[in-house]
Amino acid sequence: MPELKLPELAEGVNEAVVSFWHFKEGDTIKEGDEIVEMATDKAAFNVPCKFSGILKKIVAQEGDTVKVGQILAIIE
Amino acid sequence: MKHIDLGISEYREAYRIQREFVDKVANGESDNILIITEHKSVITIGRKGSADHIFKTEDIEVLNIDRGGDVTYHGPGQLVAYPIFKLENEAKDIHNFLKFLEDVGINFLSRYGIAAQRNPGFRGIWVKDAKIGSIGIGVKKWVTYHGMAININPDLRPFSFIKPCGIEGVKITSLENLSNEKIDINDAKHKLKDSFEEISLLAETICKR
Repeated sequence: MPELKLPELAEGVNEAVVSFWHFKEGDTIKEGDEIVEMATDKAAFNVPCKFSGILKKIVAQEGDTVKVGQILAIIE
Repeated sequence: MKHIDLGISEYREAYRIQREFVDKVANGESDNILIITEHKSVITIGRKGSADHIFKTEDIEVLNIDRGGDVTYHGPGQLVAYPIFKLENEAKDIHNFLKFLEDVGINFLSRYGIAAQRNPGFRGIWVKDAKIGSIGIGVKKWVTYHGMAININPDLRPFSFIKPCGIEGVKITSLENLSNEKIDINDAKHKLKDSFEEISLLAETICKR
């Protein structure tokens, strides 16, 4: 099952906090849809989904701190 | 570099214009564009911010917004730059882009003979132990918005109503405080645009188009 992971941000920046999900579990996602907003110290950014499919499971909840490479969600 | 000057703008209106350009730049309908403005007085809270960092407002409007960072104040006499730029290497460039903005701010102040620098602990533009410029960005479709605010000659009193950027006891200064001469805001706008152009030539984070 495709896993959406937190992309690399920059040297020395290893984690970000989930601000909010633009979709909920069960929603249909198209490749390129911005699926979740994350925040670091001075940047708020949207992560586009790399796959099309159904948002099966939100792994990182709003407020959670996620490390680079960690799973944000599972798409089916 | 394409740029527009909104004069003294309402925060919400400038935000609407930024988001319009984000879509256009993302779709390839517009080149990268630099929006320059001063805002009517407003206090904004970023995604990492807390309303607890506002002690009083004296009727200044407070807005929650979608940039990184904490609480800040904008008002006339503060130069605000919103670069709507496409990032070259997408997520990897987000924090390099923050450094790029700091470099632009430092270059700008050097044009007035002011030696500004980064502060290893805190992002932004600093002169000795005082903060003169703040940064905080948003990114949609790998296009940046929000940006940088540099104090030219604003009323600094409203900064005492808040804990700027969530930093305890931070000193806030302005270009006019440091240079002991009157600064022309239109001249400052030109210099800031020149700094963006000069530093952009060196930056690898921005799509050249």
